[in-house]
Amino acid sequence: MKCRKCGRAAALELRRHNAAFCSPHFLEFFRKQVAEAVHRHHMFTRDEKIMMAVSGGKDSLALWDVLIEDGYQTAGLYLDLGIFDYSKESKAKCEAFAASRGQTLHIERVAEAVGAPIPVVQQATRRPTCSACGLSKRYLMNRAALQHGYPVVATGHNLDDEAATLFGSVMHWQMDALPRQSPALASTHPKLVRRVKPLYRLSELETAAFAFLRGIDYIVEECPFAKGATSIAHKEVLNRLEEASPGSKHNFLFGFLEKARPAFEKVESVELHECTSCGQVTTGAICAFCKLADLVKRRTST
Amino acid sequence: MKVILRNPRKEIEVDGKRRVKELLVELDILPSTVLVIRGNELLTGDTVVGGDDVLEVRPVMSGGNAGTP
Repeated sequence: MKCRKCGRAAALELRRHNAAFCSPHFLEFFRKQVAEAVHRHHMFTRDEKIMMAVSGGKDSLALWDVLIEDGYQTAGLYLDLGIFDYSKESKAKCEAFAASRGQTLHIERVAEAVGAPIPVVQQATRRPTCSACGLSKRYLMNRAALQHGYPVVATGHNLDDEAATLFGSVMHWQMDALPRQSPALASTHPKLVRRVKPLYRLSELETAAFAFLRGIDYIVEECPFAKGATSIAHKEVLNRLEEASPGSKHNFLFGFLEKARPAFEKVESVELHECTSCGQVTTGAICAFCKLADLVKRRTST
Repeated sequence: MKVILRNPRKEIEVDGKRRVKELLVELDILPSTVLVIRGNELLTGDTVVGGDDVLEVRPVMSGGNAGTP
């Protein structure tokens, strides 16, 4: 198989683009896709400081690498979930990455904020692990960005993540989730920072290939709580579709963003308040994170 | 050749030569869900492998969370 641009031996075939690239031209393609995402959705400027949420996985470290190489002002944020050896290893990967590139890495411990590490939160609340984990991450990312003065948080969500989330929202017709599905979420309150997903145009295969070809040492092992997660089941369904018809995931997500999302956007109209307990933004009196922390406190003290 | 699978880690021996895409079919793995690595190079589906090759079949899927992949 030959590179579409130079005819040398290809390193990766991209069936949805009906193309293959050698290593240098794939890296160029990848960086162009990130630049296109940033430009198209006005994600951030070169004058802004970007907080890069990193997990130690391929996606977030690949994105951080692209942003650093492109000259953006960045710092990392690692959320220590307290998930046994998995968290220890992923934290070490983030620290090594940041140190090797001379970048600041902020670290927030979920156990300090919620009152217990994620495995104990799961036992105490009997909620799906990924639900409590996602809630904690969104809350802590926003809080950390505000505290440290970053107007925008970038995450490593890729095309597969976004297509699977959309699939899940459509399967259950979650009318509140659909308008919020976007590569860039604007700040709608002085205490809400912008959230952006510059990898939304790139597949999981592509981010993994980029990380490998760039020599990024990322954690390959999966989170022990991800096994059996609904989002994984949705990804598997979409992967079967993609195999039969390359481009299916792209068409599903981009079709929604371009044609359907504006219709759902009109539906959303929520009033935002500051949580009476922590001061962070919520639609009610007490935010979901404070309710979670309170529940953990009550269940773990008995 | 030796084939190293991940999550969970397992090593298997495969006899004979074949293309990467044929190997993945035998292992019941969708090509878009893994990187196939030999040393420091990525292999495309039409690459012929076998003999003394040591391949890593590295899954690319992550997920389960809603915050920071």
